[in-house]
Amino acid sequence: MFGAGGGTSSYEETRNTDLIVLWGSNARDAHPIYFHHVLKAVNRGAKLIVVDPRRTASAQWADLWLGIDVGTDIPLANAVGREIIAAGLVNEEFVARATTGYEEYRASVEPWTLEEGERVTGVPAEAIRELAHAYACADRAQLCWTLGITEHHNAVDNVFALIDLSLLTGHVGRYGSGLSPLRGQNNVQGGGDMGALPNKLPGFQDVTDDAARARFEATWGAAIPAEPGMHLSDMFHAMEAGTLRTLYVIGENPAQSEADQKHAVALLEGLDHLVVQDIFLTATAQLADVVLPAAAGWAETEGTVTSSERRVQRVRKALDPPGEARDDLWIVSELGKRLDVDLGSPRAEDIWDELRSLSPMHAGMSYAHLEELGGIQWPCWDETHPGEQFLHARLWEPEVEIRAPFHAVMHAPPVDVLDDEFPIRLTTGRRLESFNTGVQSGGFDSPLHRDGEALRLAPADGARYGIADGGRARVVSRRGSVEAPVRFDENLRPGLAFMNLHFPDLVETNVLTIDAQDPQSGTAEFKATAIRVEAL
Amino acid sequence: MPDLRLLSAEPSDAERAAIDVVVGEAEPGDGRVVRSDRTRRHLLLPALRAAQRRAGWVSEGALGYACRRLEVPPAEAYGVATFYALIALEERPPEVLHVCTDLACRLAGAEVPEGAQPCACLGLCERAPASLRTIAGEEPREEQIPAFGPALPQYGEEGLRLLKRIAAGVDPDSLDAYRAAGGYASLRRALELGPAGVLREVADSKLLGRGGAAFPTGSKWEAVSRQPVTPHYLVCNADESEPGTFKDRVLMEGDPFALVEAMTIAAYATGCEHGFVYVRAEYPLAHERLENAFAQARARGLLGDDVMGAGFAFDLELRIGAGAYVCGEETALFQSIEGFRGEPRNKPPFPVEVGLFGKPTVVNNVETLFNVLDVVAETGAEYAQTGTEASTGTRLFCLSGHVERPGLYEVPFGTRLSDLLERAGARPAKAVLLGGAAGTFLRPDQLDLPLTFEDARAAGATLGSGVVIVYDENADLVDAVLRIAEFFRDESCGQCVPCRVGTVRQEEALHRLASGKRNGNELAVLADLSQVMRDASICGLGQTAASAVQSAMMNLGVLSP
Repeated sequence: MFGAGGGTSSYEETRNTDLIVLWGSNARDAHPIYFHHVLKAVNRGAKLIVVDPRRTASAQWADLWLGIDVGTDIPLANAVGREIIAAGLVNEEFVARATTGYEEYRASVEPWTLEEGERVTGVPAEAIRELAHAYACADRAQLCWTLGITEHHNAVDNVFALIDLSLLTGHVGRYGSGLSPLRGQNNVQGGGDMGALPNKLPGFQDVTDDAARARFEATWGAAIPAEPGMHLSDMFHAMEAGTLRTLYVIGENPAQSEADQKHAVALLEGLDHLVVQDIFLTATAQLADVVLPAAAGWAETEGTVTSSERRVQRVRKALDPPGEARDDLWIVSELGKRLDVDLGSPRAEDIWDELRSLSPMHAGMSYAHLEELGGIQWPCWDETHPGEQFLHARLWEPEVEIRAPFHAVMHAPPVDVLDDEFPIRLTTGRRLESFNTGVQSGGFDSPLHRDGEALRLAPADGARYGIADGGRARVVSRRGSVEAPVRFDENLRPGLAFMNLHFPDLVETNVLTIDAQDPQSGTAEFKATAIRVEAL
Repeated sequence: MPDLRLLSAEPSDAERAAIDVVVGEAEPGDGRVVRSDRTRRHLLLPALRAAQRRAGWVSEGALGYACRRLEVPPAEAYGVATFYALIALEERPPEVLHVCTDLACRLAGAEVPEGAQPCACLGLCERAPASLRTIAGEEPREEQIPAFGPALPQYGEEGLRLLKRIAAGVDPDSLDAYRAAGGYASLRRALELGPAGVLREVADSKLLGRGGAAFPTGSKWEAVSRQPVTPHYLVCNADESEPGTFKDRVLMEGDPFALVEAMTIAAYATGCEHGFVYVRAEYPLAHERLENAFAQARARGLLGDDVMGAGFAFDLELRIGAGAYVCGEETALFQSIEGFRGEPRNKPPFPVEVGLFGKPTVVNNVETLFNVLDVVAETGAEYAQTGTEASTGTRLFCLSGHVERPGLYEVPFGTRLSDLLERAGARPAKAVLLGGAAGTFLRPDQLDLPLTFEDARAAGATLGSGVVIVYDENADLVDAVLRIAEFFRDESCGQCVPCRVGTVRQEEALHRLASGKRNGNELAVLADLSQVMRDASICGLGQTAASAVQSAMMNLGVLSP
């Protein structure tokens, strides 16, 4: 945010903050390590507020839980913003000094009274008011979010709506106050940092920036397209249009993780050529023409990972990979040879040092420096720099050179609308012991897997549709239907259903979901599907 | 054993209702907003007690329900429930007879009938042998048996300080009777003096704490009054559990309004708005009398937002233990009120800085607080005329064992132990236990000891909680020593090693000595244990767990060659 692709704060600040707002995040189950830091704060006396349609495990730890309607995050954020303004709790000094666009923002949230917020979000006005006052009055506050915010067709607007709240109150750029998008894997942050984004070079340098591109071209000895590439959802559209015919998939399982799964599989099957590089023979790999077995990142390769707090840490090889599995770096180099590109036989540290020469925010992070400090939070400009615990301290300087803009954002309800035929809102998510499509967590027996996949329903809905707890139902969306066992869940209100996606071999949840996506981030709206349930 | 990870069991409707009385009824969720209050853990023990009194035991369902309502992890609540002797986690009949087998009662020939539970001292030593019947159900109650003891030995006597209203037969259930007997004159005087004035009088009185540690009350109050951290809490330690002690019970049962008034004065002087009286569970009549006194005082504006119309707020809350001697240790008592296992904390920080709920806290014994009424009414200097230079005022002693007239005696400090024994009609003694299980055995030739803090200390003894148990010529001192060792082994909270291990080893060595199966190094082991427990235990329980045993061996030659 504000030009840097990472959370602003550190785990240490989370432990020492006064208020933590988890918005669209069930960190207790999905980010258990981060939640340890949250619990330390709670034990210290910090308040925890959770915004989530479900009363999740995280919500059960909260001082206040707001059970929002799926896809109404912007109305809630705007109502919170309006209340902060109306109650005179705006950090005027910060807004005047460090932001732009406040007047437009103020005008845009003006219609979002507490009552209007309640009408649209379902959250009682009093609770919205409580959230607004708690956030605005906290001396330090962390605003955290995850896929509940970003797996929507208007993901980026959702994020803007939250950032606006931090600007309104000055909860950014100070110790203990910040914005934290929690990352779902140990190295999601690192993937983005390294340029695995269609519009970015490593270090978040824009591909459209001629000077930046020239530096990379000089080092790499190759031309780089000046146009952003495709993100994952774009690729599927291109496959559909027939303009993308070959796909090289590294460490991803789109055959099961994509929304509207049947459609996605059909497109993968229709490709001329599919290469999959993975540590497991995933469902996607099973469709491939060539499978390249890869080494496991955490024990069989050298390199670095970067955590949600922007901390780059070393990963060291402890074991040789089994059988024909090879390090990703080796595979890519060998592939280069077959394609007449000589990448040499670089070691991980060589690649890293090249990156440091091209990405200023990593420049100081030599392996020696990383080792010395036990990991470093970017940016780290040179080898005397200890890294930055939190970002955007510049916003608090007397003269702010580049101000942070407010973004007035409008409510756009979920694409998959509810009607008489599809009256139930299905949202999907994770649970503690499983990971995404189960490639890494489903391959062994565990008593925690004994429930497998189930459609979780409010008990009242079970009664309404004649389905018993433990019975089976057909779940139908506008795209397909699956059969699934049903479990009653008291943490769901009537009209709201929940499924995981961890056991695609048992229930192909993503047959139901919609591939409506955010035009900027390319993320599909996994969180909002319209379904009906039929007793079996 | 409950399945602590899952606790899917539901409470019965009766258990749920009983717990709801304590924690409030669950609000039906609307699926939209839930507010949690993590500050309610202090209701855990009251909730467990309510479930226990309703069903006779705490079922898995009841434990789980209390956990859900108070947001306490089940494993922790299980730890709390198992800490207390009177909380049962296995089903048992609603009626249980707890028979005291402690020091005074065993001298009186206590026997445990079939189906009854033996238990530690019930504080009914003047009517030994004694027992307590707990009756669970819709209208739960506890019965002290016998229901009445002998009359106060000093009944009708004039000139008493602490026992004057009890000796005069003032109705303990009537605020009006209390006021007619001069009650609330001290609070009025305190309001005239102002907080600083009260602190001055208490300091001038040189009043020392009567719970056993003899700390200057004035210093404690002054320290809390100066703390900038708020709120301040006032705690009355009425967890009187030292075997042979019943003085605080007599005071609370016989003169409950005096405790309310004294605590109100303490709160006024030290800036507390909230006070707790922590009474042991074995004192049902005291609970009843105190609750009644609180209610009447509230109704008359003597507790509440505007006490006596003087513009300061103070209210009192009764907290009831569940059978744990160690909770008489002040920091263990705080832990217990807060809903944790009653395990003592490390000191420092001391309670005057970090006490109940982590706030500055005045904690005083019942008898100590009673003294404050006269200190304020008379002035500290005048109060200090009674007793000796270093031990001012009067002191209560709990006489039991081989005496004609057992019961509670009030005498000025400096009275000789032999005079006290004579008044109580003690038989010729082989030994006298002074100060309780944590006290000292005295020989017949030591009985002219003047009863003051300083003389006791000089004699290597302690007044402790005012226990005087007389053992006549035929008494079995080996039995008494083994019982004391058993008591400490049973009551050790298990938190720190010297006491947890030491009390077990001490008891084992004594049994080897008593049974003749010696291995030869028992005396050395006992001496070492005594030293280690005294030096390295974090609380007074471990520090004194060997003192009576050692005194019996050193002083009287019990179990020694």
